[in-house]
Amino acid sequence: MSKPRTIIEKIWDQHLVAENPGAPALIYIDLHLVHEVTSPQAFSGLRERGLKVRRPDLTFGTVDHSSPTHSFSLPILDTVAETQINQFEKNCTEFGIPHFGYKHEKQGIVHVIGPEHGLTQPGMTVVCGDSHTATHGAFGALAFGIGTSQVEHVLATQCLLQQKSQTYEVRVDGTLKPGVSAKDIILALIAKIGIGGGTGCVFEFTGSAIRSLSMEERMTVCNMAIEAGARAGLIAPDETTFEFLKGRTYAPKGADWDAAVERWKQLPTDPGATYDKSVTIDADALEPMITFGTNPGMGMPISGHIPDPASYSDPLERDSLIKALQYMNLEAGKPLTGQPVNVVFVGSCTNSRMSDLRAAASVLKGRKVAPGVRMMVVPGSQIIKRQAEAEGLDKVFKEAGADWREAGCSMCIAMNGDQLSPGEYSVSTSNRNFEGRQGKGGRTFLASPLTAAASAVTGKVTDVRSLS
Amino acid sequence: MAKFTTLESKFVSMGIDNIDTDQIIPARFLKTISKAGLGDQLFYDWRYEADGSPKADFILNQEASKSKAVLLAGDNFGCGSSREHAPWALTQYGFRAVISTSFADIFKGNSLKNGLLPIVVPKDIQDWLFANPDSTVKIDLASQTLTIADGRSVTFPVDPFMKHCLLEGVDELGYILQQGPAIEAFEAKRVGSLNTLA
Ligand code: SF4
Repeated sequence: MSKPRTIIEKIWDQHLVAENPGAPALIYIDLHLVHEVTSPQAFSGLRERGLKVRRPDLTFGTVDHSSPTHSFSLPILDTVAETQINQFEKNCTEFGIPHFGYKHEKQGIVHVIGPEHGLTQPGMTVVCGDSHTATHGAFGALAFGIGTSQVEHVLATQCLLQQKSQTYEVRVDGTLKPGVSAKDIILALIAKIGIGGGTGCVFEFTGSAIRSLSMEERMTVCNMAIEAGARAGLIAPDETTFEFLKGRTYAPKGADWDAAVERWKQLPTDPGATYDKSVTIDADALEPMITFGTNPGMGMPISGHIPDPASYSDPLERDSLIKALQYMNLEAGKPLTGQPVNVVFVGSCTNSRMSDLRAAASVLKGRKVAPGVRMMVVPGSQIIKRQAEAEGLDKVFKEAGADWREAGCSMCIAMNGDQLSPGEYSVSTSNRNFEGRQGKGGRTFLASPLTAAASAVTGKVTDVRSLS
Repeated sequence: MAKFTTLESKFVSMGIDNIDTDQIIPARFLKTISKAGLGDQLFYDWRYEADGSPKADFILNQEASKSKAVLLAGDNFGCGSSREHAPWALTQYGFRAVISTSFADIFKGNSLKNGLLPIVVPKDIQDWLFANPDSTVKIDLASQTLTIADGRSVTFPVDPFMKHCLLEGVDELGYILQQGPAIEAFEAKRVGSLNTLA
């Protein structure tokens, strides 16, 4: 009998093209997603070498990072960004890559549109020149971010040189309490194992709490695997996965669908397979989470108190906490609830899908964004935008005083005009709170859409469960 | 990628520790759509006046520097972001190797992917080189040795696969392209493929 394997090992084994002594393994890529910021030099590289895209049929592009999210009736103000967007569309057209350009009716954040159109499927290897590619792991795909050279490698050969990662089981059992969401699971994991805790590993999220998550929630969990240092994170496919995929544009149809489901059912980890590492999280004990510092690992339950650097024994950790609290201008030992905020951002590939928008709207309905607070709600794609409008969510946001925008990365990365001013505080549903990530000098608290919306209403960091 | 076997060159000295990628190539140049011109933007904020004219006293603007293929730098060279624009800018200027006591990890990986050899040397060798800025260094990749003008040789570490790529003049892409038959054989066995063109 063959050795029991994890889903991670199965996907790896199925994609091994060559293993030559003295070189990393060569693996095949089933889906390559491209966007405007990390691809232009890769396309130029192809031109210089006279190469074409080997498999345009396994490649898909969209603009998201540098495209503005203000109304399409306004011109793009940043001419450098405009050139980058135009060049991307030219590159895709020249090399025969299907894509959604600026203002396309299906354009959106690369990690939102992949699943939305059924491009992302179980058992695939998926890469993109963006570190949050792990999002696609929600479908039981091995999905990870790559650099620009590697974008060129995949365009030219559909293959990538890779060292095999270790396997890491993240087991989440139990039931989430009201007010606690998928975002809180992943923030709790990162707070628990640290931003380097998953280095060299691929996570498999398992357990009853993970099984009961919707596909959108699973994407939120996998999205931030990279913030714990992991190369990727995935969840074995099940009926929830198949149900989500069935009928989507690029999902298999008819007899192909049945055959695909049969193959996908072989993917889950075999009984008796072992992982290199593991950790468990008790879903029943989770509270809404929020970050207080300048990396995603500096997080705590929202009812907690900001840790005191004096309580840290490791001098390097102590120094980084001191530096973080200085940057954030926060005091050790104090609660974070009640901290005034200037901006609330609901969006990004972590939390910009229908369920995220519905969650935010459920809090905002019949309430107002606090005076002086700027709230931006940025849907992950044009399709989500239209669906939210069909459900009347845009009205809820607008009536509350929030800004309802076009799809894109927006204030997650602040290279498209949406950004914090120096010193401003935001509660943000995105994934990175590094110094300056949301604008030079800006200060970010990462949290769930529920927490973000509750904080918008009061103008202060707020536990959604405390709203009457 | 050009082959890297041996190199004999004078070097440009930049005796500063922790030169980060924002200094090597400032962030505002990342919205560029090409690698072209990055060589001229290398160390931009140190190299040019506010009006864009070159600072005559900055070392990279001196005529003699332009023929030198080696950069000698302080500790922890290349720290900061993962931008590949940093090694692109350095190689476009004409550098083939950087000597330092240490390099940031990501920068090191990105450099090797772009034909730029990061050479880690002991402190005393670095000090001697800074004290003898007009000397010549000899680099032999096959034996992983650096020889300085007083006759001393030191060995430096290189990842074996990347060493192979540099010696053969194949970059990673060149190597993958050589695997064409294996890729075709793999493709012939694939079932249930996606088709984004459908
Ligand atoms: S939303 Fe943020 S993290 Fe996601 S792809 Fe865009 S910039 Fe990257």
